[in-house]
Amino acid sequence: MNVQTPPAALLPKDYASDQEVRWCPGCGDYAILKAVQKTLADIEADRADTVFISGIGCAARFPYYMSTYGFHTIHGRAPAIATGVKLANPDLNVWVVGGDGDGLSIGGNHTMHAIRRNVNLNYLLFNNEIYGLTKGQYSPTSKLGTRSPSTPLGSVDNPVSALSFAMGASARFIARGIDRDQKRLPSIFARAHAHTGCSFVEVIQNCIVYNDGVFEHFTEKEVAADNQVWCEHGEPLRFGKENEKGLRFDPKSFSLEVVTIGEDGVTEDDIQIHDETNRTLGVMLAAMEPPAFPIALGVIYCDPRPSYEGAVVAQNEQAKGRLDGKKPTIDALLRAGHTWTVT
Amino acid sequence: MSTATAAVQEAPPRQERDSAVIRFAGDSGDGMQLTGSQFTAATALAGNDLATFPDFPAEIRAPAGTTYGVSAFQINFGARNIQTSGDELDALVAMNPAALKVNLEDVKPGGLVIVDTGAFTDKNLRKAGYETSPLDDDSLSNYRVFKVDMSRLTVESVKDFGLSNKEALRSKNLWSLGLVYWLFGRSRAQTVDWLKAKFAKRPEIAASNIAALNAGHAFGETAELPSEVDAVMIPPAEIEPGTYRTLTGTEGIAWGLVAGAHLAELPMVFCGYPITPASALLHTLAPLKAYDVTTFQAEDEIAAVCAAMGASYAGSLGITASSGPGVALKTEALGLAIATELPLVIVNVQRGGPSTGLPTKTEQSDLFQAVWGRNADSPVAVVAANSPGDCFPTAIEAVRLATKYMTPVILLTDGYIANAAEPWKIPDFADFEPFPVTHRTDPEGFQPYLRDEKTLARPWVKPGTPGLEHRIGGIEKDYNSGNISYDADNHQRMTDTRAAKIDGIANDIPEQKIEQGPDKGALLVVGWGSTFGPISRAVAHCLEDGMDVAQVHLRHIWPLPRNLGQVLKSYDRVLVPEMNTGQLKTLLRAQYLVDAEGLNKVSGKPFKISEIEAAIAERFGR
Repeated sequence: MNVQTPPAALLPKDYASDQEVRWCPGCGDYAILKAVQKTLADIEADRADTVFISGIGCAARFPYYMSTYGFHTIHGRAPAIATGVKLANPDLNVWVVGGDGDGLSIGGNHTMHAIRRNVNLNYLLFNNEIYGLTKGQYSPTSKLGTRSPSTPLGSVDNPVSALSFAMGASARFIARGIDRDQKRLPSIFARAHAHTGCSFVEVIQNCIVYNDGVFEHFTEKEVAADNQVWCEHGEPLRFGKENEKGLRFDPKSFSLEVVTIGEDGVTEDDIQIHDETNRTLGVMLAAMEPPAFPIALGVIYCDPRPSYEGAVVAQNEQAKGRLDGKKPTIDALLRAGHTWTVT
Repeated sequence: MSTATAAVQEAPPRQERDSAVIRFAGDSGDGMQLTGSQFTAATALAGNDLATFPDFPAEIRAPAGTTYGVSAFQINFGARNIQTSGDELDALVAMNPAALKVNLEDVKPGGLVIVDTGAFTDKNLRKAGYETSPLDDDSLSNYRVFKVDMSRLTVESVKDFGLSNKEALRSKNLWSLGLVYWLFGRSRAQTVDWLKAKFAKRPEIAASNIAALNAGHAFGETAELPSEVDAVMIPPAEIEPGTYRTLTGTEGIAWGLVAGAHLAELPMVFCGYPITPASALLHTLAPLKAYDVTTFQAEDEIAAVCAAMGASYAGSLGITASSGPGVALKTEALGLAIATELPLVIVNVQRGGPSTGLPTKTEQSDLFQAVWGRNADSPVAVVAANSPGDCFPTAIEAVRLATKYMTPVILLTDGYIANAAEPWKIPDFADFEPFPVTHRTDPEGFQPYLRDEKTLARPWVKPGTPGLEHRIGGIEKDYNSGNISYDADNHQRMTDTRAAKIDGIANDIPEQKIEQGPDKGALLVVGWGSTFGPISRAVAHCLEDGMDVAQVHLRHIWPLPRNLGQVLKSYDRVLVPEMNTGQLKTLLRAQYLVDAEGLNKVSGKPFKISEIEAAIAERFGR
């Protein structure tokens, strides 16, 4: 009997390619790359079965830096290409990587359909609220009034919320993380990987050149505790420097409100328990924005349903099953239906 | 059917004719396409050769009775080889005034016009724009007119079935089909069987339709028909022995693609987005799941081509189909498939344009789009089918080239080929040479862009293969490693290599053959695509008339056959009939510096034989 030695466990660096990373020094993408490589090591991903697919933009250079299979495609179309990959080989571990312009502007349609079809892939949307690679135009997620080369007096169109968009498209898994949060980001990615269906993850990412500091009102150390709430299934939605604040459901306005335990008669029991399978709660958490609310981080909503390509394969197999093991031949196909013979 | 046979024998002898062209025309809700396809099946069974031309409006249910809502189905059938759907009509069945108004000009002088007088109401006449009924004045004096109140007779024929008047009138098309079956001596049996199968769950509907069909037939047998209406007999054509079926171009392409995937030993992923007239391909392929066919209705044209490319990247055969406007949307993705050198078949079922143009009418005006219609130097292979039957081998050729050369291949058909049907001798699949694909699995010496010396194709590696992990993309790549490269010399080399790979296909396709006529002489008629039928017939007639004319018809549009320049220069003049304003003509002039002349038509209808004959004759001073 052959004794097989288990392959040596791969380290995060084993998931890095030999290509020099070409993002700007200090770009948030470096941290995300590191977190993804750590995630793959944590989940013991097989490099051969792993595919990174991206569109166009700074974030979309991602596949070149991974030692897995990778496909750097065209602007906005990565989810569509990934859908074809999964239809051809549902066993592949597919990650789509793109920015806010890529996924919510030029590719918004494909993002919506990959989500609502529930293609079994992980979509990592790096949101820096700006077009970086084209030198700093405002993006579909830029806040009102964003000054940029194309909006010198400030942008006047409303931004889209990535996670609210995803929930509107019937997402079954949404999560949010922050580039610099190396402690928790890999756990979010691992959850996304474990989820069957389209796992949509927004990663808040700082563009150091064109939009530096746009998230600092909730990402800086001194304000983070008061402006971030970590969503853990079954745990109360509490936050604050002393963990004294929480989210309470107000049935009168049918909305969440920020309360402080010990003030106005609020007790720990009043705090909403996070239920990641509760769609209504997920919609409310996804939409929260500082300063009125803390930003929701972690797995906000997760309620799996069968994947699209799984259903497609099932139909294909069912069709083959009806043939009782006979292989369909082209000769039979061409002779199906009405034929006649000339002698 | 014994009584029917007996009745036919008692009737006056039928006039024997060589061929006939019939058109059924009515409202788009009148079931004219169904009537036509049933007549086609019965005619094929009777042993005639045939060609059909369905012509229907873009609107699904245009307002009843209007001229723009007229739907028609034309069939040319005969005791000889039939190559077109026919220039002029021997018989027109007009189910209402609008159908008469729109189609009358195509009836030959003295041709038979059958009208449903029951539909010639004041309201319908007004809708069709007639001030007085054409049945009451002398506007039809050049034709043999057979007036029959089909509406009333249909309602009478199904009165035992308890249908409402409106429901009863739905069988009017079958009543008319029964009459035409009698006029041309066709058997009803096939249609009876078809109705029974179609309405197996509603036998009363089958029975009422069969009653209408029989009533129309019996009317022909027993009514005292006006002397100008004569029953016709068209003897069987001399047809090569074999098993036959009717085949539309849509079926030819769909089955050819499936066959090609089987010859390549690859599963197929077909990705489409609804567009007229290409959607029918998706409909034809969707039920073929057992044949390793996965179909995907994408969110848009771009997603369709991208998903197909993703499937090819993952190791399957990715295919997408559309019509011109949809292909335009796919163009950027096509560039990525060119840059990443992935196999991909893009079917373009051409229609009239620009923009939405004439969605249900035919045109050949996407040749430039196929050959040159991309940003940058982006060569692909282009092939075109010339008839419904030719769609099958041409689709196989598209798959062969795509997989062997790791390239997108554009497969051109058009609305006419897609919808038209012809009898097709079913080939033996064993006669097609397999071209199995081997995905690379050996990591030794692997580089993503290391090319096959002969084909210049790069290796095709399926993600999931250990040891061959690599990255590809749309940014220019290093010649071998495929890593990003902005190097100037490398881009020159890659551009030259992409072109050389496609050019090299010319050595892997047959030399251009002469279809008919001398191999050098006064005039060469060059065609491509669905003009094959009328050009062939026209050149044959002109050869019979002693003109020094020959014909070539291109399947490979890009690269062109390696001997084509020589062939073109062997004739004093070159004439290129096309359903566009001169695209192949311009391409031939550019490639070979020949003074090719165009014969161009963009009316949404195929060429008539006579139009091409006239253009040839003119060049001989006749």
